[in-house]
Amino acid sequence: MAEQQFIGGDIILKALADQDVDVIFGYPGGVTLPLYDRLYLQNRLRHILVGHEQGAMHAAEGYARSTGKPGVVLVTSGPGATNTVTGLVDAMMDSIPLVVITGQVVSTLIGNDAFQEADTTGITRAATKHNYLVRSANDLARVLHEAFYVATHGRPGPVLVDIPKDVILGMGPYMGPENVTPRNYVPRIEPDMAKIEEAVELLASAKKPIIYAGGGIINSGPEASKLLAELVHLTGYPCTTTLMALGAFPAADKQWIGMPGMHGTYEANLTMHDCDVMFNVGARFDDRVTGKVDAFAPHAKKVHIDIDPSSINKNVQVDIPIIADAGLALAAIIKLWKKKKKAADAKALKAWWKQIEEWRSIDCLGFDQPKKDFIKPQHALVRLQNALKGTDYYVTTDVGQHQMWTAQYIRFEEPNRWMTSGGLGTMGYGVPAAMGVQVAHPESTVVCVTSEGSLLMNVQEMATISRYKLPVKILNLNNDRLGMIRQWQELFHSNHESECDLANRADYIKLAEAFGFTAIYCDDVADVDATLAKMLATPGPVFVNMVVDRRENVFPMIPSGAPHNEIVLGPNQKLKKMDDRNNVMA
Amino acid sequence: MADRRRSSPRAPDSAYDKTNKAPQGNSKTSASAKNADAQEHTFSVLVDNEAGVLHRVVGLFSGRGYNIESLTVSEVDGGEHLSKITVVTSGTPQIIEQIRAQLDRLVPVRKVANLTADGPSVQREMGLIKVVGSGEARVEALRVADIFRAQVVDSTNRSFVFEITGSSEKLNAFIELMRPLGLADISRTGIVAIARGDAGM
Ligand SMILES: Cc1cc2nc3c(=O)[nH]c(=O)nc-3n(C[C@H](O)[C@H](O)[C@H](O)COP(=O)(O)OP(=O)(O)OC[C@H]3O[C@@H](n4cnc5c(N)ncnc54)[C@H](O)[C@@H]3O)c2cc1C
Ligand SMILES: Cc1ncc(C[n+]2csc(CCOP(=O)(O)OP(=O)(O)O)c2C)c(N)n1
Repeated sequence: MAEQQFIGGDIILKALADQDVDVIFGYPGGVTLPLYDRLYLQNRLRHILVGHEQGAMHAAEGYARSTGKPGVVLVTSGPGATNTVTGLVDAMMDSIPLVVITGQVVSTLIGNDAFQEADTTGITRAATKHNYLVRSANDLARVLHEAFYVATHGRPGPVLVDIPKDVILGMGPYMGPENVTPRNYVPRIEPDMAKIEEAVELLASAKKPIIYAGGGIINSGPEASKLLAELVHLTGYPCTTTLMALGAFPAADKQWIGMPGMHGTYEANLTMHDCDVMFNVGARFDDRVTGKVDAFAPHAKKVHIDIDPSSINKNVQVDIPIIADAGLALAAIIKLWKKKKKAADAKALKAWWKQIEEWRSIDCLGFDQPKKDFIKPQHALVRLQNALKGTDYYVTTDVGQHQMWTAQYIRFEEPNRWMTSGGLGTMGYGVPAAMGVQVAHPESTVVCVTSEGSLLMNVQEMATISRYKLPVKILNLNNDRLGMIRQWQELFHSNHESECDLANRADYIKLAEAFGFTAIYCDDVADVDATLAKMLATPGPVFVNMVVDRRENVFPMIPSGAPHNEIVLGPNQKLKKMDDRNNVMA
Repeated sequence: MADRRRSSPRAPDSAYDKTNKAPQGNSKTSASAKNADAQEHTFSVLVDNEAGVLHRVVGLFSGRGYNIESLTVSEVDGGEHLSKITVVTSGTPQIIEQIRAQLDRLVPVRKVANLTADGPSVQREMGLIKVVGSGEARVEALRVADIFRAQVVDSTNRSFVFEITGSSEKLNAFIELMRPLGLADISRTGIVAIARGDAGM
């Protein structure tokens, strides 16, 4: 008997349903109209109509990072597809699983410069983990299930499926995910036990250890965070978490020494620099973390656990590479550590912690908030942290100074609570990401910390937030500048404030009100607490325009290309002669 | 406030030269420049013969700044739709390791072998060489071709097309000898290679 045939549009919707997708972020267009017509006839899948396709991408990223499930985006051909490119690269860099469906012109017109035709698979080949052009409705179900598999297995990433209009309208069979086995893509997740053994021996032999955990812990799932905590407690070693891994280890834990890297803590960076054993799990030795590679942890033997073999020995040569899922590798290490009755060298560890506590006592994140002066952005965030305490919160940021301060002052005790654009550093990420997080967690508090430059890059999503009555709270740290640019110009370019002035761009209060937000203005230190309390207590979307000290800089700072022990603590410490040549701005 | 833009002269353009010329990203991974400890390696890559797969492999090399010295591709299993790509590249040991890992993580890539590092291999190239001339040069061209075991696959009363197979060095030597004899055109396949011994890929 012939297989039952379905219309392409229904195959797509059925595949999404079978993949347990409950929401898609999208924007319609000519070639996807037949699919939107099928969407209209069902009510299982929720569709969020965004303001711009880039917004859909970051919303899907926020959704994915805060749930651990892949985010799904649906856009049209040509401009719809090209508008997804920044989001694709962002997801690629930060290992975020996405499935992006793009419409394509009718197959027979492909290559003819047809209306709204773009070579989407060509354009996005380097921007995706993998992409597909579906040639026939017969392949549709298989390709979609494969796309979900590829997006979520191994190192997660964005997968794009380009579907011509005639395929959406064509007829084909349906098969469920259980009938699709990707022929070939089988990433290794089980660790090599010989290497685990070596790693355990090395760990136990450490006198000055550090556990350096990265976003791979979060990619692996909440279980990996639990195992990380178990290992840290079992060994008694200090743990640092990258920007992408904030929350992978509880910030409240005494063994957490903060974030490493360019704007990381003094104690994390010096611990990294001086350590004799570095245990990297799920971090990729990013240059924002290593600084000068030749001077990076010069005395350390290094273990590196990563699911992606290409992350190993890419930037830093390691002694014990372990290609595996972070959770599985941690479980194996813990098991062996216990079985072999290993224990840390107590005396050495005590001395090491004494040293670390000395570094910690410098209080590198300390700052002064004068009573009668501009609000310090750090102060605003410390107070936000205080206001959030005890609530069920998620935080997203945009990119710039406010992002670094948020990373420094907001505390995350669990994974999947912190969403930021780390690898690509995409301004415009924060607002749509918060939207995606709120869609996934309607009852939770979702705060987006941003600043004018970034805000204006995807400000249209405020309309979406409003339209769907999402109670997102946007805290705009208004410094009237592209703050991070101004900081680098001050430090490295003779204080030439070249094209970083954002003053008088908009009346942000009116803007927020126009979008249907409750808008609150605050420029007085005395009002900070009341403003933040009101922001969190007011139902629905709220926008706070908090005017902060525009002269403030982010410290500590390791100028890029410098070693960790050249960390600059603050404006009072004389900046070493900084040379711009190796510095790369976000 | 004083106009600070004027307070100190702009850095001369040359001050930015280094920045502009520096390779992007980590200098170790942008090894397109010939490096002292760069070595030549031949990779054999078995891929699903799907649309865009060659673009994906080539894009990986150009996007990450790796060299391609030679590239060949052809379907090797029509039933399974498998193609084999042979690529000769060069780089430091670290780059070569990266290239293997980067190739391996492409979804349509089934297998990657480093024929230079994994054991002995046979490497061959074919060339079609057109030589135009008359008289003594024409006779000499035929004589050289004979020594190199090159076949004449086309001839006119003024020209020959020789087919020659062998190592790239052999082809180079042949071409150099033909140059003074009326070398007119060259087509080369690039290297194809396979591991010696009884093991399949
Ligand atoms: C303005 C600005 C300043 C910044 N400053 C800093 C800074 O001071 N400090 C800092 O840390 N970062 C900073 N960053 C971020 C930085 O650019 C990188 O994005 C970040 O350091 C990378 O984090 P990561 O190493 O945890 O890797 P991620 O990008 O999270 O990568 C995850 C790694 O884990 C692997 N992986 C994925 N899944 C698994 C799994 N299941 N099991 C095992 N491994 C897995 C992946 O292959 C990958 O290698 C900054 C960014 C910006 C925009
Ligand atoms: C899309 C994009 N364009 C440019 C940059 C370069 N950049 C990095 S930080 C920054 C300034 C950010 O300004 P703002 O959003 O106001 O944040 P602030 O630094 O003031 O907190 C710029 C322009 C970027 N990261 N992303």
